[in-house]
Amino acid sequence: MAEKSGADILVECLIDLGVEVVFGYPGGAVLPIYDALFNHPKIRHVLVRHEQGATHMAEGYARSTGKPGVVLVTSGPGATNAVTGITDALMDSIPMVVITGQVPTQLIGTDAFQEADTVGITRHCTKHNYLVKSPNKLASVIHEAFHIATTGRPGPVVIDIPKNVQIATAPYEKPETFEHASYRPQTKADPAAIASAVEMLAAARRPIFYTGGGVINSGPEASTLLREIAALTGAPVTSTLMGLGAYPASAPQWVGMLGMHGTYEANWAMNKADLIVCVGARFDDRVTGRLDAFAPNAKKIHIDIDRSSINKTVEVDLPVIADVASALTDMIALWKDRGHKAADLSEWWARIDGWRARNCLAYPDSHEEIMPQEAIAQLYKASRSAKDVIITTEVGQHQMWAAQHFGFDEPNKWLTSGGLGTMGYGFPAAIGAQVGNPDSLVVCVAGDASIQMNIQEMGTATQYRLPVKIFILNNEYMGMVRQWQELTYESRYSNSYSDSLPDFVKLAEAYGWTGIRIEGPQELEAGIRQMIDTPGPVIVDCRVAKLSNCFPMIPSGAAHTEMLLDPSQVEGIMSDEAKALV
Amino acid sequence: MHIQEEYSERHVLSLTVSNEAGILARIAGLFTARGYNIDSLTVADITPDHAISRITIVTSGPPKVIDQIIAQLDRLVPVHKVTDLTDNGPFVERELALVKVAGVGEDRIEALRLADVFRAKVVDTTIESFIFEITGTTDKIDNFVALMRQIGLVEVGRTGVVGLIRGKEPN
Repeated sequence: MAEKSGADILVECLIDLGVEVVFGYPGGAVLPIYDALFNHPKIRHVLVRHEQGATHMAEGYARSTGKPGVVLVTSGPGATNAVTGITDALMDSIPMVVITGQVPTQLIGTDAFQEADTVGITRHCTKHNYLVKSPNKLASVIHEAFHIATTGRPGPVVIDIPKNVQIATAPYEKPETFEHASYRPQTKADPAAIASAVEMLAAARRPIFYTGGGVINSGPEASTLLREIAALTGAPVTSTLMGLGAYPASAPQWVGMLGMHGTYEANWAMNKADLIVCVGARFDDRVTGRLDAFAPNAKKIHIDIDRSSINKTVEVDLPVIADVASALTDMIALWKDRGHKAADLSEWWARIDGWRARNCLAYPDSHEEIMPQEAIAQLYKASRSAKDVIITTEVGQHQMWAAQHFGFDEPNKWLTSGGLGTMGYGFPAAIGAQVGNPDSLVVCVAGDASIQMNIQEMGTATQYRLPVKIFILNNEYMGMVRQWQELTYESRYSNSYSDSLPDFVKLAEAYGWTGIRIEGPQELEAGIRQMIDTPGPVIVDCRVAKLSNCFPMIPSGAAHTEMLLDPSQVEGIMSDEAKALV
Repeated sequence: MHIQEEYSERHVLSLTVSNEAGILARIAGLFTARGYNIDSLTVADITPDHAISRITIVTSGPPKVIDQIIAQLDRLVPVHKVTDLTDNGPFVERELALVKVAGVGEDRIEALRLADVFRAKVVDTTIESFIFEITGTTDKIDNFVALMRQIGLVEVGRTGVVGLIRGKEPN
């Protein structure tokens, strides 16, 4: 068989694996791969401006299309710049394959130019990683890497390829399907666990579904099944930040997001429930609040594909280790088979309606300033005219306001950095989402501080004519830091003021974008309309009330029942125990 | 504010893993990254084709943490199987130590006498020293080394624990 270079083998593998787009940045140690890409126009390469941008674009692409995101970067600084995005993908279970160049094998360990121990550095921020030392191994490693990244609990996989391995030749044949020696994720639940889950659900009088990103990772079918099981049981549904859209925000059984900035009704329902069915979520500290006061009277069922998520922070009564779609299929079938009917939950719903009546997401009205919540509500209203809307966010107050005030009815339309909380995620993620969904309206809701963390990617959007919209809630502060300083450190605003902000409108023009400034409530609706109607990329500098806080809020170390609903409840100081929590 | 210590128990974990580059760093790094303890760790390949290694880890922590350690190890891609010997016992555990002792006269005779009691073997000798080879549980070796310290301990090398479940079934 004719032999091919390692670089050609890599590119052919990507084609065989159905990869359509690679986000990358060239450099010395990947020049052979870039040369191979030059001759393979089947793969679209998106040239980024910084490798961190490439990783978040791959995440945005993956999260919005369900396909793995692929990144190609050079050795040394190329690889280290990618580390934040790789870690972000690990925390949020995003399927991603990152190909890094490496110095030639004979130079590894000599502190060669642009050498970094990439497999060492990424060992604990990847699901798995490889250093490929022979072109003969390349094909099997690449196919295995995609298998590992996309199956089980998805995650990032790094393949480090020394330059001489890209040049050296080996025979290539598309590998047959293989069985991995040790990696076999459990996707089908134990039937006994399914049976117990169904009986617990049938017996519950105050049940609630607590859903998460696992529903979205499981594929669109899982969201459909979640809707079905919710309808069959009549139980309320809440979700983590990562799971928004799996269950429609417009449905009557939806009680809103739970956790630190979740709704009053979702958190109280979690606290008073007699059964919590956790579906593809992981009892994160942002969700549980104070652990010893978390859902004290509830039995807990935990459906998760990753056994290490079971009993990690909260002990559960019934683990169901499975893919969400598979487990829900089995549960629904058995529920129907046994002739269960929805229990009378009217008493439970009456209590939930009582909590709902607090109207916890209400915010003060203003005719002088734009309330940031109102800006999101207007954006939501205006974007309903578009046929498909994808929202990404950076990290901070704007992220929480977007989660609270934008309603998501479908999965894969809400892209945000949940686990790692990476400022600088949203804008490149929007670019990646736009690459994967060219006809969708993709809006990055940003803050004035976090947008600056990967703002260089404006050039990427310009180059590829990607009509992404950046909607900045500009309050001239790192708002969430400022809010915590107000709540915890008696308003000592240490380094949280965004001094020397650029003129975002002029910046837009410098990159060939459209810039819009919205300065008062009377301009809000028209400004948003103009953003949506502009065909190309747009930055909106939306000047909002500077000192708004994000409520409701469960302060660090507090229970679900100790939510702060408005500023009058803020004391401005906290105990050392509470201060020491994240 | 003070930080509370938690109750902790000792467990011997036995893992089979693919014998590939970086596997040890992957496992040791998991322990440091998640703040778990390693009391001892041994590794060697155990199949004729050198494809599989057995790693034995002695760790300690609250029962909940031990469960997490097992689940976290189990999800590493190259890990084939994790067995908690302590929970699946009865099991045999052994450690080997080389113990160098120097002394003359009565000390030398006492060292030999104690070595006999502990079934330690002399594997090297000079006029003024011995190296003993001793196998046994961690406790037994601790005790032997403590006695030798009083006589003239020079240095000790220990392998760490290996273990297997009793009976004919594999781990």
